[in-house]
Amino acid sequence: MPEPAAESPPTRLCSATQAAQNGPMGSYFDEMWDDGESLRAPYREFGAWFEGEDPARLRAKQREADDLFRLMGITFNVYGRAEAEERLIPFDIIPRIISAREWQKLCRGIEQRVRAINAFLHDIYHRQEIVRAGRVPEAMIARNEAFLPKMIGVNPPGGVYTHIVGIDLVRTGPDEFYVLEDNARTPSGVSYMLENRETMLQMFPELFSQTRVRPVSGYPRHLQRSLAACAPPATTGPPCVAVLTPGIYNSAYFEHAFLADKMGVELVEGHDLRVVDGRVAMRTTQGYRPIDVLYRRVDDEFIDPLNFNPESALGVPGIMDVYRAGGITLANAPGTGIADDKAIYSYMPDIVEFYTGEKAILQNVPTWRCSEPEALAYVLDHLPELVVKEVHGSGGYGMLIGPAATKKDLREFERKLRARPGNYIAQPTLSLSTVPIFSRAGLAPRHVDLRPFVLVSPEGMEITPGGLTRVALKKGSLVVNSSQGGGTKDTWVLEE
Amino acid sequence: MLGKTAGGLYWMARNLERSENTARMIETGQRIALTRAGDTTDEWGSILRAAAVGPGFAAKHGEPTRDAVIDWMLRDKDNPSSVLRAVEGARSNARVVRTAITEDVWEAVNSCWMRLCDALARKVSERDLPRVLDLIRHRSALVRGAMHGTMLRNECYDFARIGTFMERADNTARIIDVKYYVLLPSAMAVGSRLDNVQWETILRSVSGEGGYRMSYGHQVRPREIVKFLVHDRQMPRSLSFCCGKVRDNLNYLATDYGARHPCHDQIEALCQRFASQDVDAIFDYGLHEYIQETLSALGGLSRQIEVDYRFYE
Repeated sequence: MPEPAAESPPTRLCSATQAAQNGPMGSYFDEMWDDGESLRAPYREFGAWFEGEDPARLRAKQREADDLFRLMGITFNVYGRAEAEERLIPFDIIPRIISAREWQKLCRGIEQRVRAINAFLHDIYHRQEIVRAGRVPEAMIARNEAFLPKMIGVNPPGGVYTHIVGIDLVRTGPDEFYVLEDNARTPSGVSYMLENRETMLQMFPELFSQTRVRPVSGYPRHLQRSLAACAPPATTGPPCVAVLTPGIYNSAYFEHAFLADKMGVELVEGHDLRVVDGRVAMRTTQGYRPIDVLYRRVDDEFIDPLNFNPESALGVPGIMDVYRAGGITLANAPGTGIADDKAIYSYMPDIVEFYTGEKAILQNVPTWRCSEPEALAYVLDHLPELVVKEVHGSGGYGMLIGPAATKKDLREFERKLRARPGNYIAQPTLSLSTVPIFSRAGLAPRHVDLRPFVLVSPEGMEITPGGLTRVALKKGSLVVNSSQGGGTKDTWVLEE
Repeated sequence: MLGKTAGGLYWMARNLERSENTARMIETGQRIALTRAGDTTDEWGSILRAAAVGPGFAAKHGEPTRDAVIDWMLRDKDNPSSVLRAVEGARSNARVVRTAITEDVWEAVNSCWMRLCDALARKVSERDLPRVLDLIRHRSALVRGAMHGTMLRNECYDFARIGTFMERADNTARIIDVKYYVLLPSAMAVGSRLDNVQWETILRSVSGEGGYRMSYGHQVRPREIVKFLVHDRQMPRSLSFCCGKVRDNLNYLATDYGARHPCHDQIEALCQRFASQDVDAIFDYGLHEYIQETLSALGGLSRQIEVDYRFYE
């Protein structure tokens, strides 16, 4: 059996049968309860408050939260459904609580990882030392769809490639965190982090006066500052920042508008922009005005019909040429997708070590690259225990969760794997930690993950204390994606 | 500010005002129908013609009947002026300009849309109609209140106000025109009780009865009603009042931006028309023709504003 490409296997894998039978969740690490009885330290104050609450009042609060979200328009559009159908991401009122000590350790790991990601991006678009050193095979870069040859030799303003990063973490024990995925292109979900907290503050002010929770509300201000700090050489005067959205039918439109609003900057679409005198300019009521920094929520492929997909109506013809000439900063930089590609993911421990000279603080989930014949053979033999993901997929689409899959699903995936092995990676099914949700029957444990948000600028790195906790609302389910029936929770990081 | 944002504010406000005015048109039709003299008046056909949504209706339904017309004007997605389409238009424009309006305004628009989607989810029965029409008016009043109470008096507010008054002028003109399309049994009936009842209904549908009484007393005289709806400087739905507001707001923009455009000349000319022609001149010229010309001038002005402030590319 070939070793998976990570330093050590996770210690607490759930067996196929456990996950499949949807049974009691005692075998998982629960973040609120130690062995199902005593409260873990971070939850003590909250637990005491909860004990004293009338469940009927809490149920009313839960409904109040839903109404608030709907009124504020915090909805997302579901792809593949009727146009403009908007849905709420279910919000659960039980917070996910992280102690100051746990958070400190996470932060060190996240910072190290994000530093490595930026160094890696600079390297592969310049001298490719890591390839020369034989730590990452050349084909993984050169033949990767996410590698953007147009970025070779380009120096992004301030030297920053990924201005905004979201690292997806899962937990399997008191001290065991794994990185499930790095989101280095356009991580979304930060508006939920902010609105979830806003909602909790409105509904349960008393909780926040008794428990010292670190605020997250500084995020938009920090985002604005960190974007402005990356202004390009062509900037004259205070940097003009704008957010580029694909438009109101995009699933994350609410977030784009929300961030532009909170930063106090313009929200633009491709058809508001054009290249004027070597700058990217927006059409205002008084003519065209140049933009210095564009926080773009449009994918690389669509950002410039002249340089990339000619069919795209979402981008700006020629923006890439302006970018390369130092006329505008794009955040995140084009071509950053290579760093969060699932095939590259398996090399992350090497990448971290190569650029920082230290062992990675955060562990990778062991990963089999199905492009390698031995790995493929192992994966095919153990399919019912593994999670198989598409290398370029996202949003929980096109993945197989072995323990929960039907015989038919398994056969279908076997066929897919044999046909295009290079398109897949496989990982063991992790026993994700649980946090209770407030269900009709009271507290019930559900699996969660965590996406902290990181801002990078030449002045340094800023990690918002908290992040987006996604929760699989279905009993036993391990899929937390909102497109697949996941919900969210407010995430608390406690003061020391 | 982005040209697109200016356009979004303008159309958000126009759509909201339209939803309210379509409700007023329906109310006018309902009242005329309830008070008609018995025989073959075609009040619902007149409503469709005045609202300029006749051809679309005819293609889908043929002859107008009460139920079909009310449904067409309230809920039909094929009718761009139906209340439902107008409210959807207002909300989707509000989403586009989310960064230019306050949270209060956004929530008022969003809850207006949510409530009306519920209320208009199925056919509205005759018994429920007054309640639904009230709801439409109340919801649009809430948005107007939120705008008035929370928005900075800056370019955003100016574009929204221009949209509001452009649409209101358009609708007042159309409501006056309903009287042209509603046939009297014969030419002899001009000045009859029925004629007067119809004029009164026009007044009611713009919430103008009280105001009219204060200015002109209890006697219903068509010329004075027209004077009230076209020239009155105090009546907030009169053509002159609405165009005056459009002019004021366009002038604020000119001052802020330090630039005048062709739209400024057009609105001056339009306001001049109201100042220079009295109501007798209008009747001599032909009320319907006068109204039609006003509508076409308003349409031209709207297109000019779009160009001058770069709503589109």
